[in-house]
Amino acid sequence: MRALPVALIGLVLLSGASLLVGATNLWNTPLDTGMVLAISRVPRTLAALLAGAGLALAGVVVQQSVQNRLVDPGLIGTPEAAMLGLLAITLIAPGAALMVKMSVASLTALAGTAVFFMLARLVPRRDPMLLPLVGLIYGGILGAVVLWLAWATDLVQFISIWRTGEFSGVLRGRYELLWIIAGLALILFVLADRITLLGLGEDYARALGLNYLQTVLLGLGCVAVTFSVVVVTVGAMPFVGLVVPNIVSRWRGDNLRQNLPWVALLGAVFVLGADLLGRVVRWPYEIPAATVFAVFGAALFLWLLNSRKARHHG
Amino acid sequence: MIEITNLSLSRDGVKILHDVSLRLPQGRLAAIIGPNGAGKSTLLHCMAGLLVPDHGQVYVNGQDIHALREQSRALILSLLTQSQGAVPRLSVRDLVAFGRWPHHRGRPGPADHAVIAEAMTRFDLDALAQRSVDSLSGGQRQRAFVAMAYAQSTPWMFLDEPLAALDPKYVRDIMDRLHNMTGPDSGQRSIALVLHDLSVAARYADFCIAMKDGRIVAAGPWREIVTSELLSDLYDTPLRLAELDGAPVVVGL
Repeated sequence: MRALPVALIGLVLLSGASLLVGATNLWNTPLDTGMVLAISRVPRTLAALLAGAGLALAGVVVQQSVQNRLVDPGLIGTPEAAMLGLLAITLIAPGAALMVKMSVASLTALAGTAVFFMLARLVPRRDPMLLPLVGLIYGGILGAVVLWLAWATDLVQFISIWRTGEFSGVLRGRYELLWIIAGLALILFVLADRITLLGLGEDYARALGLNYLQTVLLGLGCVAVTFSVVVVTVGAMPFVGLVVPNIVSRWRGDNLRQNLPWVALLGAVFVLGADLLGRVVRWPYEIPAATVFAVFGAALFLWLLNSRKARHHG
Repeated sequence: MIEITNLSLSRDGVKILHDVSLRLPQGRLAAIIGPNGAGKSTLLHCMAGLLVPDHGQVYVNGQDIHALREQSRALILSLLTQSQGAVPRLSVRDLVAFGRWPHHRGRPGPADHAVIAEAMTRFDLDALAQRSVDSLSGGQRQRAFVAMAYAQSTPWMFLDEPLAALDPKYVRDIMDRLHNMTGPDSGQRSIALVLHDLSVAARYADFCIAMKDGRIVAAGPWREIVTSELLSDLYDTPLRLAELDGAPVVVGL
């Protein structure tokens, strides 16, 4: 059980580094150091931690619901469905309050994810690679609709903020919605046993007394709200929900009662690490955290696929 | 006692169960046999409340199984089925412990832990307790899932092809344990299972449900109703029920 202290120290060190690193040098600035920290660096650090934890938890929920570890809610149309809702409400009622826009985005994200869930029930399960591909195509179609709608209404620049997740725009007053994720995480911790049961498949889940549809809807509801919050505040960030749950599952198994905290913690650390790396590689310019994560995430994913094969033959 | 009356079920416009009626007494090991596509698995899932019939009712111990909520149903019957998705990375003990979930809904008490420990020992899983289910051999994995269903402590257990792809050694192992469960020292559980190996069915089952084309061809105590003629008719191929060293076997002619 030495892993927990190591992870917590890593979290503290990364957070410390995140407070210190940025385009502005804290010790040699015309600005007030305390102000820079309070308005920019602390919100940015918290935003990365919350978004990372939320995206990783969402990954577990979707993977358990469809019984396929290669599925990432970021790559099956959930963020695109949220964008569709945001775009629609922006066009219909441009002056709507942020909470209204958020709620609409959550509803369309839930609808988009529910459609994927129904698709998953139709896709044969013999080859686990099939479902993620179906998800990619489905997400691609939704993404194309979003882009077309934005292009037709001259809002392409507007949606580009949602499409690539990055934290340079995070300031005090512009990230607080992400705290909703902390609440969702608590709900998911309460549901942990039920979500583990989903992973046994519908027949077993129901035979063990679970209200299957209600549990799936609750879980996907948490996923939808997480994505709409993340898309609105920092932008979509694929691969987090794929890589982190797979690492935790291989390392510690699928008993979510014990492992959900690890999923949240590793998700937070990884995304903050990606953001930090993006800040330093070509300082004082920045590379979006989503881009950094996609590079590492894709590499990790390939490794996971490869070692998966080795297990089958061994 | 299970009472099934006029059960019909269609899927995608194809009728799978035709007006099935059946009485299944308690404390037996009932084998559901019949050729591929006879509707055996569908009937079992219907009895477990997981498939909703177009017509007819299933009463288990006097309760209409389709009118019950999942939560209450899980206290009356347990199910072993063919899992299709990824094998869970749960330890064997965690998997067996989930059998108690309908009883405690997340807060296991001392009584639950006692049942889990007994189930682990009964199915020889103590040495495997911390192993991940996805690292087990097929036979060990099946034993772990049967132990989970056993830990659910329900009067009825339904098993859909529990022996699929198992070596003779594991077949015997699992069938011996199941058969023991219907005995008085294990609370006289009632078991219904879909079987393909007729010699295994002949050896262990004390009740037979023979199905063909979505209908019940015959149902009753195994010794009274199962004959070479019944089996040959059922499977449309000459079969003979014989005895070898005192044990019943079924051979193709």
